[in-house]
Amino acid sequence: MMTGFPTLFYKEVLRFWKVALQTVAAPVLTSLLYVLIFANLLDRRLEVYPGVPYAMFLIPGLAMMSALQNAFANSSSSLIQSKMTGNVVFVLLAPLSHLEFLGAYVLAAILRGVIVGAGVLLVAVPFWAPTVREPVWLIAFCVVGTGTFGAFGLIAALVVDKIDQMAAFQNFVIMPLTFLSGVFFSIHSLSEFWQKASHLNPVFYMIDGFRYGFFGVSDVAPQISISITLACFATIFAIAFVLVARGHKLRA
Amino acid sequence: MTAAIELAGVNKQFGTLQALADVDLTVQQGEFFGLLGPNGAGKTTLISILAGLARADSGVAKILGHNVRTQYRLARRLLGVVPQELVFDPFFTVREALRIQSGYFGLRQNDDWIEEVMHNLDLTPKADSNMRALSGGMKRRVLVAQALVHKPPVIVLDEPTAGVDVELRRGLWAFIKRLNADGHTVVLTTHYLEEAETLCGRIAMLKEGRVIALDSAANLVRTLHSLQLKVRIEGVFPEQLRIEGVASLGDFHVIPLRDYDELEPTLSVLRTCGCRIVELDLQQPDLEDVFIHLMSRDH
Repeated sequence: MMTGFPTLFYKEVLRFWKVALQTVAAPVLTSLLYVLIFANLLDRRLEVYPGVPYAMFLIPGLAMMSALQNAFANSSSSLIQSKMTGNVVFVLLAPLSHLEFLGAYVLAAILRGVIVGAGVLLVAVPFWAPTVREPVWLIAFCVVGTGTFGAFGLIAALVVDKIDQMAAFQNFVIMPLTFLSGVFFSIHSLSEFWQKASHLNPVFYMIDGFRYGFFGVSDVAPQISISITLACFATIFAIAFVLVARGHKLRA
Repeated sequence: MTAAIELAGVNKQFGTLQALADVDLTVQQGEFFGLLGPNGAGKTTLISILAGLARADSGVAKILGHNVRTQYRLARRLLGVVPQELVFDPFFTVREALRIQSGYFGLRQNDDWIEEVMHNLDLTPKADSNMRALSGGMKRRVLVAQALVHKPPVIVLDEPTAGVDVELRRGLWAFIKRLNADGHTVVLTTHYLEEAETLCGRIAMLKEGRVIALDSAANLVRTLHSLQLKVRIEGVFPEQLRIEGVASLGDFHVIPLRDYDELEPTLSVLRTCGCRIVELDLQQPDLEDVFIHLMSRDH
């Protein structure tokens, strides 16, 4: 059967690519500023893992954090804008299955996340010499992590009614989850309480696993991290699927 | 032959509002069908249920025999809907928007038809303009084009000419009539009753979620059984003609007649009373009169 999935995916990619200055360049620049400030400031004072200076520790985490945030932003902003302006009707009138609908949004979110993440790594080249020890792990964490946040963004857009509610979602859920995930520090440098608290944050496993792809060293074994990340993805994707299938706040 | 549209016992409630109440309606293939009613009558809800934008609380809706709930992909493939709201995607040009809409239906090599649709709706000069740069009328044309990109056998137009100039209306109707002549079923909702009267073979009138009349425009008009005699006279209007329904309209007196047989006796009364008829006009009721009559009646 002819399917609209490739077109919806293409449309979602075109949507963010047409405003790449805002959707790709801006988050890359923001991350570059983090690198300039933190890496310059702390590089000579800190060595997080043996033989891994702070800048090298920071940059992969920062890239993954940006990838996750932008994957979330892509699906959530696209769908909430379509809902607000009413043009979501064009997709709703089309003979797309629930899985095609969800898959296209999530795949486009993954792509934007990966592009932003790669951009951050690229602009940070003057500050480090990236070596990838475990490329399969790196790709797996990046794809599953951004996929999780892409699906999460879709849930947020389906649940909220207004743009300001979405902003609250981003500021009070996504930002704390990503900032308190060990991007800027190894959790071994935290007190026992905060170490335990960090283990409750699924983003910690995504960042830690992604970093493992570069250094072959991590706070948690990558097998555990990928299991938790996959479980998160499966849960969030399933919730998003149920909401899409029900037409939650999409179909009256 | 399978009906183009079939609604059986369809109910839809929004909170305490009964938007549709036990609606049964069948539109045959190839019909040009009108759906009329005041605001809030349930027309858009009915269309939304057919399009899968809303779900009926009970009852069955089918497009060419395909249930819109259980066979929604097949049903949507056969249906093209022009939504009432003037919506657009600000990221794309007209051509991009049409290619994307076509692609949603799995048609990724559809440029010939897209060009033809744009040509017929006079959109070709604006093909590479961003949607944001278009006037309201132009955006409405794009909405129509988007509904037609997959050549749907059943086309539903929800007030497609609202806020649109005369030129587009003519062009749009010529194109839609051609599609109808080619075998496409067309369902139209409009507040322009003369459009419905001219274009539609059959008309359903909705009020408070119920179908209160369903027939051809001519038969609906016939049900009204009335003519209106408009006269301007010199002299005093006779008392015996001051029957129920007589009204004054400027210099004119408007006298309702049940049929032509009442015409001569009425004129005779005027003559007998010494009135000189300066101007006379005999008006037949039109769909608007039927509409007003039906909507003002308790059902």
